[in-house]
Amino acid sequence: MGESIVITSGKGGVGKTTTTANIGTALALQDKKVCLIDTDIGLRNLDVILGLENRIIFDIIDVIEGRCKLQAALVKDKRFDCLHLLPAAQSSDKNEVTPEGIKTLVDQLKPDYDYILIDCPAGIEQGYKNAVAGADKAIVVTTPEKSSVRDADRIIGLLEQEDLKAPHLVINRIRKHMMDSGDMLAVDDIVSTLSVELLGVIMDDEDVIRASHHGNPVAFQPDTKASIGYRNIARRILGESVPLMLFEEEKGFLTKMKKMLGMK
Amino acid sequence: MTESNLYLTMKGTSDGIIVYLDDQCSFDQLLNTLKEQLQSDSLHHRTAVTVHTQNRYLEPWQQQRIREVLNDMSLIDVKSIESNVITKEEAQSWYDHTTLKPHVKTIRSGQVLHVIGDAFIIGDVNPGATVSATGSVFILGQLRGIAHAGYPDGIHEVVAASYMNPSQIRIADQLSRAPDYEMEGSHREFAFINNQSEQIELDDLHNLQKIRPHLTDIAERGL
Repeated sequence: MGESIVITSGKGGVGKTTTTANIGTALALQDKKVCLIDTDIGLRNLDVILGLENRIIFDIIDVIEGRCKLQAALVKDKRFDCLHLLPAAQSSDKNEVTPEGIKTLVDQLKPDYDYILIDCPAGIEQGYKNAVAGADKAIVVTTPEKSSVRDADRIIGLLEQEDLKAPHLVINRIRKHMMDSGDMLAVDDIVSTLSVELLGVIMDDEDVIRASHHGNPVAFQPDTKASIGYRNIARRILGESVPLMLFEEEKGFLTKMKKMLGMK
Repeated sequence: MTESNLYLTMKGTSDGIIVYLDDQCSFDQLLNTLKEQLQSDSLHHRTAVTVHTQNRYLEPWQQQRIREVLNDMSLIDVKSIESNVITKEEAQSWYDHTTLKPHVKTIRSGQVLHVIGDAFIIGDVNPGATVSATGSVFILGQLRGIAHAGYPDGIHEVVAASYMNPSQIRIADQLSRAPDYEMEGSHREFAFINNQSEQIELDDLHNLQKIRPHLTDIAERGL
């Protein structure tokens, strides 16, 4: 019996969909059977980030309204056999789905998968309620910005009212030098404000943008800062205890030269 | 000085004259006796008395009748009408307004907690969260959101926190907000309305007992 995890944030644009795609990929790399569900109906993105847009035939609305079987709507990933996607509909809107509908769907999928990741839309309205209904656990994504932490706090408050385990936190888009100079919230401050368990941190990395541009989640790449972060998160979900990634600042050419010349 | 007939007893005390009304006879009988007594007496000075109804519960209209009779027929002013009894409803509300209500949780952005009585938060009040109480607000944690004590008119109530870095503090109808620049909070402080300046001020927690010695004295805040 699989476990369903909703990935949510409240605020838009903090990287829910990217996080879903990459945690899913990282779990699949560990040979787990993973199903990703995109519940952002009307604004689907997850398929694009995974590079599976062209393979969609049916979507979640087709399944819920009985136009096709659940198996027929699942899109198999082009890199793994064990990673599947249930795409959102692009032509409908969020009110056409009910929380019960999503819950039934997730329950149908659970026996066949180890993990079911539900990508939640931004906001706290119907779409959020739908996404959360099917989940056993929640991962809250935030960035080290005040507005995003504020919304994460709001979402955690709402999640506490649901019948879920205590949510876990992912801090995305960390810029070490800005944290050090106090222009961004520090990891410790965020964790202390939100008082939830930290699941992992992801460095701000151009490779993430490059990877999603090419429809190839960054978690595939062996050595970028972000992919290591995502793979560590997957390992922690699997129960390993992995120390928090030490984020080394990428050193510029000039710094390297100075170091070589003994100037620093 | 004690003067009495069957239904009325008057007593002089250091707080003035108290008129005790019998609590066994009917209310009509009581009113009649009161009228008779007032007609037979003749006062020359305006006097203020306290009326005590002992173990009789008076409805608001009955209290009004007694005030009318006394005001119309004599030079007596009614200071107040006291009684040994209150309704269950009043007792419940008194109890609610004077007891401490503990809440073991973090109050998060967007959440509004309203408490009748004193609020005791064991946890943080995060930015964007609001806690309001008819009594005082005590926070065993960090206050970074909004705390409103003495809602709506308890000017003697306070807001106390282990760590004070609020976005706003409100007490009764006063409001004080954090400055526009970023600032460090402070540990173990409380906010109160200063009697002189009539504005909200912060002080060290160990001064609380000097500034509000009767804070938890329920008799001071109830009836």
